Amino acid sequence: MTTRLTITSEIERVAAEQNTKLAPLSDDLILLDSGLDSLCFAILVVRLEDSLGVDPFTASDDVTFPVTLGDFVQAYENAAR
Amino acid sequence: MPPAEARWLRDWLDDSSEDGGRTLSGRTARVELAALARSSSLDVDPVALRGRCVLIATRDQLTAALAAIELDGVARRIVLLPPDVPREHLDAVMADAAVEVVVGDVAQDGAALGSASRVTCAPPLRPIAPTRHDPRPTEWVLFTSGTTGRPKMVIHSLAGLAGAIVRGGARDGRPVWGTFYDIRRYGGLQIFLRALHDGGSLVLSDAEEPVGDFLARLAAQGVTHVSGTPSHWRRVLMSPAARAISPRYIRLSGEIADQAILDGLAALYPTARIGHAYASTEAGVGFDVDDGREGFPASLVGAPGPVEMKVVDGSLRIRSPRTAIAYVGANAAPLADAQGFVDTGDMLELVGERYRFAGRKGGIINVGGLKVHPEEVEAVINRHPQVRMSLVHPRKSPITGAIVVAAVVLREEGAQSVTLREEILGLCRARLAQHKVPATIRFVPALAVAASGKLERPHA
Repeated sequence: MTTRLTITSEIERVAAEQNTKLAPLSDDLILLDSGLDSLCFAILVVRLEDSLGVDPFTASDDVTFPVTLGDFVQAYENAAR
Repeated sequence: MPPAEARWLRDWLDDSSEDGGRTLSGRTARVELAALARSSSLDVDPVALRGRCVLIATRDQLTAALAAIELDGVARRIVLLPPDVPREHLDAVMADAAVEVVVGDVAQDGAALGSASRVTCAPPLRPIAPTRHDPRPTEWVLFTSGTTGRPKMVIHSLAGLAGAIVRGGARDGRPVWGTFYDIRRYGGLQIFLRALHDGGSLVLSDAEEPVGDFLARLAAQGVTHVSGTPSHWRRVLMSPAARAISPRYIRLSGEIADQAILDGLAALYPTARIGHAYASTEAGVGFDVDDGREGFPASLVGAPGPVEMKVVDGSLRIRSPRTAIAYVGANAAPLADAQGFVDTGDMLELVGERYRFAGRKGGIINVGGLKVHPEEVEAVINRHPQVRMSLVHPRKSPITGAIVVAAVVLREEGAQSVTLREEILGLCRARLAQHKVPATIRFVPALAVAASGKLERPHA
């Protein structure tokens, strides 16, 4: 499974568990408008660390916080390189 | 610099500047502070509440702020009800704090108020005759953040609450404060008091307001000083509207500020002074750090001054005039030890010349400001017939500081499956608040048990 697919399917799983209505997942989706709250993102990042082996928001010294879904996916793709 | 002095909050409302216009703003209303000298937000004369014990139980922060200003020095006791205290605990709160009068919003239902009388508070203000009477010290009752079940409350004095606010604190002109942090919690209340004391204005958040909308409101008011928890600030960094504000001062409190959030804010707001404060509802404000680094200089521990700190068995203890006076209730446990030190329950580790926070004593997990007792979660997991034992512990999170995860030992080795994991999570979701449900469940063959016979609880 690609990094992107892992991320989007995990997002859908978290949203379903939390009974959250999810906005359509496009690259320019603003994460704060996605329907996921801070707790959802915290769960998502921990689970992705388990499945992808990296937490790009803690791992490096130069952390940038993602604004869009595109930024979010990019952070994982960059970290995997 | 001496601590701020005030007989009552009204001493800080003077608007002697020529441009005037000190305001208190909520999401839907704005009030001129100077107007409070000759008008009221209450539907009774505040004098009628003299010497009474008043619960401020409004939905809106602005109305709570107005009621607190009007009743300080008048009421015998002000109890500030945070919006997230479950309604089912209201009876216990009223009984424990001996509440006689409840101040509520216009639209609020009157359920669960028992025999207490009701007063409504709302802007717009209505004119009243200025009354002159000697203020009497009011007890401020605040809710602690670390409990499950019946809420725990502590009593503070205004002098103690304002003990960390120094004269000339706003060294760079008249501030416009904004707070993400609710002013009915200790950390938010500090900002409310600072804004009043520093001659400034204050913009209050609303729990249901999107972060981008609040940032736009802060920008429209020309905010210069902004306070929030690290979790609030992480949301700001994820918002496209983050650059709408350009504050001179950024303050973090209420949770541990890690290096990532301090660096993220420094990069986004390069000209701002960024400070993180350590405080607890029981122990008061301990210290402020503004060198941009996580943790705090080890030299602060044992240093002379009004706030004395020591580390005992790894946890931080504080003695200062800013600590609470006592827990509420006749049978309440003592707040401090015989020497007057309050155990904060915050564990420290020494790294070089600096102390860093290493989680909570007893393994309490702080998920974005909400505390979780691992034992409560373990008890739910252990109900599953196939679970032998479990260990719930924190894992670091770049979003909420920490998050709850669980390690589970099954009765039958090798019985683990996706279905079983979902069953256990389903059990947790049915019985626990969202932030208490483990984000992940790991099946392990065994868990370490200490010589005492208890599960070993490593820190995050």
